[in-house]
Amino acid sequence: MRVLGKVAGFSLLLTLVFTGVANLLPQVQGEPPEETTIDVSSLTMADFTRLGEKLFTGKGTCALCHNNMGRAPDLLALNVVDTSASRISAEGYEGDAVDAASYIRESMTEPSAYVVPGFGKKGTDDQISPMPPVNQAPIQLSQMEMDAIIAFLESKDGHDVTVALPTARLEPAPEPANDSAAEPAVSGETATAADLLMNYGCTACHSILDSEVDIGPDLRTVGARLTTEQIRQSIIDPMSVIADGYEPMMPDYFVDELTIKELEAIVKFLESQNG
Amino acid sequence: MPTWRTGLTRPGLRFWAVLAIFLLAAVAAGSVEAQASDTLISSGITDQDLTSPPVTEESVGAPKLGPRDYPNIGVSSRSVVWVVAQLHLFFAAFVLAVPLFVVVIEWIGQTTHDRRYDDMAHEFMKISLTAYSITALLGGTLSFVLFLLYPGFMAFLMRVFGSQVLVYAGLFFAESTLLYIYYYSWRRLSSGNGKWLHLTLGLLLNAVGTSLLFIANSWATFTMAPSGVTEAGVVTGGIWEIMRGPLWNPLNLHRFIANIAFGGAMVGAYAAFKFLSSTTKADKAHYDWMGYTANFIAVLALLPLPFAGYWLMAEIYAYSQQMGITAMGGILAWLFIVQAVLIGTILLAANYYLWSGMSRSEGSKRYDWIIKYIAGVLVLGFLVWVTPHTLILSSDEIATLGGSHHHILGPLGIMPAKNIAVNLMLICTFLSFQLYRRSDKVATVSWEKSGNALMTAIYLVAIINVIFAGVYYGYFTNTVYKVGASVIQVVSTLFVIISGVILDSFMYRNAKILPSRWGQVSERSQYALFALPVAFTWLMALMGYVRSSVRGHWHVYGVLKDASPDNFIPTIGYAGNMMTIVTVLFLLMVLFIFWLASLGETRKPYVEQS
Ligand code: HEC
Ligand code: HEC
Ligand code: HEM
Repeated sequence: MRVLGKVAGFSLLLTLVFTGVANLLPQVQGEPPEETTIDVSSLTMADFTRLGEKLFTGKGTCALCHNNMGRAPDLLALNVVDTSASRISAEGYEGDAVDAASYIRESMTEPSAYVVPGFGKKGTDDQISPMPPVNQAPIQLSQMEMDAIIAFLESKDGHDVTVALPTARLEPAPEPANDSAAEPAVSGETATAADLLMNYGCTACHSILDSEVDIGPDLRTVGARLTTEQIRQSIIDPMSVIADGYEPMMPDYFVDELTIKELEAIVKFLESQNG
Repeated sequence: MPTWRTGLTRPGLRFWAVLAIFLLAAVAAGSVEAQASDTLISSGITDQDLTSPPVTEESVGAPKLGPRDYPNIGVSSRSVVWVVAQLHLFFAAFVLAVPLFVVVIEWIGQTTHDRRYDDMAHEFMKISLTAYSITALLGGTLSFVLFLLYPGFMAFLMRVFGSQVLVYAGLFFAESTLLYIYYYSWRRLSSGNGKWLHLTLGLLLNAVGTSLLFIANSWATFTMAPSGVTEAGVVTGGIWEIMRGPLWNPLNLHRFIANIAFGGAMVGAYAAFKFLSSTTKADKAHYDWMGYTANFIAVLALLPLPFAGYWLMAEIYAYSQQMGITAMGGILAWLFIVQAVLIGTILLAANYYLWSGMSRSEGSKRYDWIIKYIAGVLVLGFLVWVTPHTLILSSDEIATLGGSHHHILGPLGIMPAKNIAVNLMLICTFLSFQLYRRSDKVATVSWEKSGNALMTAIYLVAIINVIFAGVYYGYFTNTVYKVGASVIQVVSTLFVIISGVILDSFMYRNAKILPSRWGQVSERSQYALFALPVAFTWLMALMGYVRSSVRGHWHVYGVLKDASPDNFIPTIGYAGNMMTIVTVLFLLMVLFIFWLASLGETRKPYVEQS
């Protein structure tokens, strides 16, 4: 018993030393990124660049790599607009950017389009960038958030901001489809599905409802061609099967944007479209 | 089947009773899961009239979870899972590791015809058997709380891993059965061909145990670096593709080795405990020897561990630079200071035990002079290692992240300096180890002098290499992180270890053995045998935590977001307190097992042989 006490006491003391060390170090909590909610109606450019700065150190985690420790170009110290110009004109540049804004955007969404010499992934001879595409998981910046960062990077060295405020791009809300009232046969559920197809822009590529486009297959007959399962699969993972005679152009982000309910509504609607 | 009849004694019943409880827990967890996926889907489709067919799970990607998908039980769900999971891992690491070296010890006993080894192996198994029941119990509890508290996440994991979980369950039953037969047939299968059959059973047991470990590892690595699924969580690959993510093998290796070191340290503590409470000379001698063997195992497994650690870290960087920096240079970086303190404690305790143990033999006098130098290098190395890389002073500073090198400490705090320190500390530990092994022997080979000169030269060249490579890569090339640059250092250190083992095995063939006085080692040295497992346990809690939290606010990195109220990275202090709670709980349970194992004990004391 005496031994037990001594041993237990010794062990406890030692764990307390370790606990002590952990408690002596600086105490910082790592918060998950906040969802940016902004009031577009009263947004000024100054607010927008400030948002960009916040995203740069916060949700975008850019500062994790882009700092003065040599892991990546120090964007805060560099004049990003001037640097962009020299990158675009550099020998070996094969990207599509034409100005600072498009260069920064390209750097964010396709980091390997141009890799700053010396910063490539080890062993890839500067062909592959270690930077993750920031519009994808795990960072997942939205279009608007990337614009805000571009605005911040442009403005911080006194250059003009060339991206538009999100307010400017808000298109007038589409007129409610009046003629749907004229079609009493359409149930409430299909009306929802029709809204969804328009809101998610399916009509931009497919012939469905009122649209006549042939970027993607005609969806007015899709119910005859595909099973429910295949329709669902085509939407959540368009790359899995590519319809004959079409380019693999269908975006794969719908699975992130559609709620389960919406997805099912669309699938159910398309299923009934059999010519 | 007489083996089975002897098995149906009380401990045997206890063992099966616990298995039954585990099964019940698993079934309960299963039904919770079924409910959970129901709630999940219905919460996604609320206010809709449910005319549309229910979503078939296979077809959709990872669920999008909201705060309402997590049941609130009043206390932090993460803390509950944290405690249960960590306890389960501690016990699992222990019970998977013990049979690994038990088979080796049994085999040594068989080939050397020294009964002591066989007795010791059997005694190790006895401790691990009770621990096995507790492991199963904790495993059942863990799956239960996971399904209960994280239904959405678990439903997704179940969908991804699917029937692999059944393989796991099958292996678990195979492991239980083999363990049971292996232990209870020990005496029956103790001679002639029976012994070889028994050893084969032991090998099988380990094959199954290691497979279990690797499967469980694949769950952990999948959540960090998912493979075989699209970014949206749609399963595209087979189970093999899902398991074989980029971090799987590094984690397999690191955990496999770490488990052996951990298991060795735990049985060392058992031996120390028995040593301190023994009253007879014979018992003291037995447990002194047992403690020595356990420490031998722990140190031997400890030496290659940092290299496996670096490989794991390097693969994390290669997988995602962002994740690597989050671990080593971001908010979690401070944890590596704590890691340094822990590993420093481990190395100092192991060395101290070796030095104390040397006094068992007269022959150690030859080496006394060198110990103070070893101690000096260890302390210096330790100090360099704990020097922080970056000094982040406030949360504002961490917000603007990374901070900068401290202008004075900076050069000492970067990786290459730490690499020098770690490698020198390992070389020193091996030196202690080698001197210890030599201390009761006098070589009789004619080339002893040149052999020693060669060994000294190897040490010198390795030390120069380690320092030169560190300084060159650290200060004269441009990038801060040079994980790969430590190759020269690692090779040098490993070369010392391997050549030392080989050289000594030839040089001390037919050596004159000086008498060893087992059982007369100081009581204080036994506390080193406690410091080792305590620090190890805490270290496992710490590193497992780092591994798990680099995912940040993701359940499955980049695929399934964590929307629970606990999706932030807590402060180091909070994490440290949690680690202490689990460690203390674990130690209490272990002391309980030691006590159980000592009930009704009838160990036949062996006669000391010198
Ligand atoms: C994991 C580390 C990492 C993160 C996080 C990261 N980057 Fe990068 N970034 C790099 C590296 C390394 C390079 C240099 C290689 C290259 O050109 O792709 C780079 C290049 C760039 C460049 C081109 C710089 C130049 O000099 O031409 C821009 C612009 C950029 N990043 C913007 C961002 C923004 C904005 C974010 C946050 C939304 C971000 N990066 C997040 C590592 C990172
Ligand atoms: C940018 C253009 C584009 C948009 C927007 C788009 N699609 Fe497509 N879609 C395509 C193309 C191109 C194909 C054929 C290639 C393929 O199979 O991926 C296709 C294929 C399909 C198919 C399989 C058809 C078949 O016969 O194999 C379905 C179903 C579908 N899309 C549904 C949708 C829905 C629903 C939406 C809106 C949520 C949508 N698409 C938005 C371009 C688009
Ligand atoms: C110095 C370089 C090292 C690095 C970078 C490193 C890194 C890691 C990481 C990331 C893990 C998480 C694995 C997990 O539990 O899921 C881990 C686990 C662990 N590490 Fe290390 N490690 C290093 C050295 C060591 C050393 C020297 C020891 C022992 C003395 C050690 C002991 C452990 C243990 C016990 C675990 C838990 C194993 C398990 O889960 O079963 N590590 N390490």
